[in-house]
Amino acid sequence: MSYIPHTEADLQRMLRDIGVGSVEELLRDVPPDVRVKEPLDLPHPLSEQGLLSLLRQISSENSTAGDYATFLGAGAYNHYIPSPVRHIVGRSEFYTSYTPYQPEISQGILQSIFEYQTLICQLTAMDVANASLYDGASAVAEAVIMAGRITGRKRVVLSSAIHPEYRQTVRTYLRGGDKEIVEVFYCTEKGTTLADAVERVCGDEPACLVVQSPNFFGCIEDLASLAEVIHSRGGLFVVVVSEPLSLAILKPPGECGADIAVGEGQSFGNPLNFGGPYLGFMATRSEFVRQMPGRLVGRTTDRDGKTRYCLTLATREQHIRRDRATSNICTNEGLCALTAVVYLACLGRRGLRKLARINLSKAEYLKERLISTDILEPGFTSPTFNEFTMKVKKVTPERLLSVLLDKGIIGGLALRRFYPELKDHILVSVTEMNSREDMERYATGVLQAV
Amino acid sequence: MAFDDPFSDKPLIFELSREGRQGVEPSRCDVPERDPEASIPGEFLRSDIEGSPEVSEPEIIRHYTRLSRLNYGVDTGFYPLGSCTMKYNPKVNEDIASFEGFLLLHPYQPEELCQGALRLMYELECYLAEVSGMDSVTLQPSAGAQGEFCGLLTIDAYFRDRGKPRKKVIVPDTAHGTNPASTSLAGFRAVTVRTGKEGVLTLDTLKEVMDNDTAALMLTNPNTLGLFERHIKEISDYVHQMGGFVYCDGANLNALMGIAKLGEMGVDIVQFNLHKTFSTPHGGGGPGSGPVGVKKILEPYLPVPRIRKKDDRYTLDYNQPRSIGKLRAFYGNFSVMVKAYSYIRRMGPEGLKKASTVAIVNANYIKERLKSTYHLPFDRACMHECVFSDRFQSQYGVTTMDIAKRLIDYGFHPPTIYFPLIVHGAMMIEPTETESPEEIDRFIEAMKEIDREARESPDVVKNAPTRGIKRIDEAGAVRRPVLRWQGSGGGG
Amino acid sequence: MEFPKDLKYTKEHEWVRTEEDNIVTVGITDYAQDSLGDVVYIELPQEGGTVTKNEPFGVVESVKSVSDLYSPVSGVVKEVNEELIESPEIINGDPYGDAWMIKVEINSPEELDDLLTSEEYQKFIEEEK
Repeated sequence: MSYIPHTEADLQRMLRDIGVGSVEELLRDVPPDVRVKEPLDLPHPLSEQGLLSLLRQISSENSTAGDYATFLGAGAYNHYIPSPVRHIVGRSEFYTSYTPYQPEISQGILQSIFEYQTLICQLTAMDVANASLYDGASAVAEAVIMAGRITGRKRVVLSSAIHPEYRQTVRTYLRGGDKEIVEVFYCTEKGTTLADAVERVCGDEPACLVVQSPNFFGCIEDLASLAEVIHSRGGLFVVVVSEPLSLAILKPPGECGADIAVGEGQSFGNPLNFGGPYLGFMATRSEFVRQMPGRLVGRTTDRDGKTRYCLTLATREQHIRRDRATSNICTNEGLCALTAVVYLACLGRRGLRKLARINLSKAEYLKERLISTDILEPGFTSPTFNEFTMKVKKVTPERLLSVLLDKGIIGGLALRRFYPELKDHILVSVTEMNSREDMERYATGVLQAV
Repeated sequence: MAFDDPFSDKPLIFELSREGRQGVEPSRCDVPERDPEASIPGEFLRSDIEGSPEVSEPEIIRHYTRLSRLNYGVDTGFYPLGSCTMKYNPKVNEDIASFEGFLLLHPYQPEELCQGALRLMYELECYLAEVSGMDSVTLQPSAGAQGEFCGLLTIDAYFRDRGKPRKKVIVPDTAHGTNPASTSLAGFRAVTVRTGKEGVLTLDTLKEVMDNDTAALMLTNPNTLGLFERHIKEISDYVHQMGGFVYCDGANLNALMGIAKLGEMGVDIVQFNLHKTFSTPHGGGGPGSGPVGVKKILEPYLPVPRIRKKDDRYTLDYNQPRSIGKLRAFYGNFSVMVKAYSYIRRMGPEGLKKASTVAIVNANYIKERLKSTYHLPFDRACMHECVFSDRFQSQYGVTTMDIAKRLIDYGFHPPTIYFPLIVHGAMMIEPTETESPEEIDRFIEAMKEIDREARESPDVVKNAPTRGIKRIDEAGAVRRPVLRWQGSGGGG
Repeated sequence: MEFPKDLKYTKEHEWVRTEEDNIVTVGITDYAQDSLGDVVYIELPQEGGTVTKNEPFGVVESVKSVSDLYSPVSGVVKEVNEELIESPEIINGDPYGDAWMIKVEINSPEELDDLLTSEEYQKFIEEEK
């Protein structure tokens, strides 16, 4: 067995040194009736070569963004990943290490997380960011729980234009608590969350209002006006971002009154990977740092006075505060955070803004091309970034998407699945990976669907 | 001019920034470029990302390569971090996870375009069920703690479904911190049960705290002292008799593969840590993956979607009215599943059993060879890890922390320290099966040498590490928290 | 380790010094600071707030531990050691002096009667070890 060095002679020598005649003697605490008598019913072992060929075959049973022109987004975005990202993240000093409990031999991961925390703060314009959470959805749930802890209040107001799976995750996380969730319905014309609608449902003592921007429909929310409403009731404003590239050109949550900014960092260099691992991020204001979930890296010094980094403010966490911890999270998404750091360093201050403009330009281009078919029209009137909702006329969205699929195009997501009232609508995402030619093919395909 | 010191403090990426430099520029825009102002109102736009770095590609590569050299991984050396199962991460699994057929797969693609992924997940569920003796498995939880949370929520849902919610979960004093934390998060009250004199739970102490408001006993087997809970059968029979469930934290499953099945012990729920037992890398703190296995009675409550197989076709089934819902978006940490699947296929049934067997031999070997040098609070055959304390060395003013830091000088990663909490000055050593006898011997020699130093020249140990990076002031980091870079002025 | 004779102690490792009339000063013992190690953070109640005997009134943290502070008396907080909040590390140097925590106007002086004397407390911690 190539992953286990021991020969039979090695094992015999070790057993002799232990002072037993066989492994069985070491297992005397395991009652016979719970022992496995037959070999496990699992497939026979494969050689490395055999394994590669089996898995290559399984992977070929999938079709991907490599085979199809895909316009799917909805919380998972197909972006170009610069080569240096893979090379750095593939260094095994990083990826084969554990959570950096011993800072003297973990400065690589610690400093990169400190850089990551800084980058998230810069992008969101918040004071402090943690070292990552599982994904965007669970980050929203953690933010809601944190807001409840800070305000001591129970009512959680969620915009219905937040990613449906994020909202479902919040509901699951709150099953055991005493929170009350109310949803504020999006404006059917604009596709956004309106301040007066929030006012009607938030009650006198809301813990928080949670709004995603750009929201699930791709629409950019008027965050500042929403912040004003929730703050006037003494609640916290939680802003969710599922396409973080938008932060390169949109006004950051911290400048729109956000108290907690959370979201999904997958777009920053993490491949689609069928939905995970992704990167939950969370940033907040300094005064709330002790209420944050998750790991934090801080700057300090060593005995020689050199600048170093270590995990800090750990008494918030499960391994110390146990049942009173701010969260149960332990293992997070460290490597995905490192991925984001290297990605953001590669793109840089200008590159990221340029990339965001390209995404916007392409999305606007496709939107106009699709409108010109006269078969699709914008689902909502609000401005969008790289994702938008279209209403399909003359055919059903399912038929349209299936015709496009035959032509090698994954045209987007039919919204009926999440919003029964949007049975004629599809959600379309455009990134730098979609060529003009693909978009022309899309538009032509639409015409052929009727 | 100073000579380069690989252990010098490194500038931050922001400090390397020079205006106008560029790493990897985006490709040319093949449609007319559009001003954001043309379609988005100015009040929604920002004009810059202040402080964001501008660095060239060679500088980026050198910066992070230098940082990587300050990091210790399993590929660097022995990593006996107890209860973390830092075994070797097979390289072929990394290659497989980077196949485009996995990497570029969008989670909302039509099911017919992701049959390979669904098949892999379905089969992995079956394999995990077989290893643990459970009936159903969900792969959704992102890591062990989320798996615990998921398992506890299914228990809560079960009791609510019957109109008889229960409020207590019993957690041993040796438990990982995530256990009581997950318990609270799921809305239960954590009640501690004391470990008996022999380092395992006894039925009598359990009976003192168990009642019919207790939803579950949440234990770890083998426990964090590395001992098999040998009264497990009587304990689970009693818990069941009281109408409760037995939850097993699967963090220590590396001791049991092919040796004993949790399902046979009366365990009703277990979470797997694919990043421990099933060889996927820890990534400097994630991503992990924490699938949950349950007995049939709890299956209706598992998160959605469930993966179904019908006539060689795989589908995602969201129609589970009694499900607890979702723990995250999409289906879980898929690429971690790919690596765990590959590991199981490569090892086969005999290989997994050998992994657990050799892990147990390695741990017992360390325990026997060090027990005259270091205080061993519970002296009996251990499973895959063993726990010592600093009782002998503390007479010379040398603590577990010092011993841990001195191990760094000898080229080893320290064990888990000060855990479990019931052992004062604990050192929890888990060698795993992938360390050779020679490496284990070198570690034992280093531990003995440190003990000699503790007696003869304690200052050497107390000042460790003496090579490389010196001891880091963790207290200073908390007293004056600086959690981000804020411009060349430094500050926090 | 020191345990001044003029103080009263609790089994939760707090000390109490009677100042004048009904005012007492509260802090944590030398043994407590030694067990905690480097103290990095302290949370104390607001001036004017109330504390209740045997109930938590604050938190003291080291890098890797956190402990509740239990009030040895009931009453109103008259003064809080703001300097200690700023520089928690002084607990490790002077637990009975500069590192006092709060001054409380107590409701009933009888509450002091069941506290431990220096000898009783020392005996208690010997047993606890």
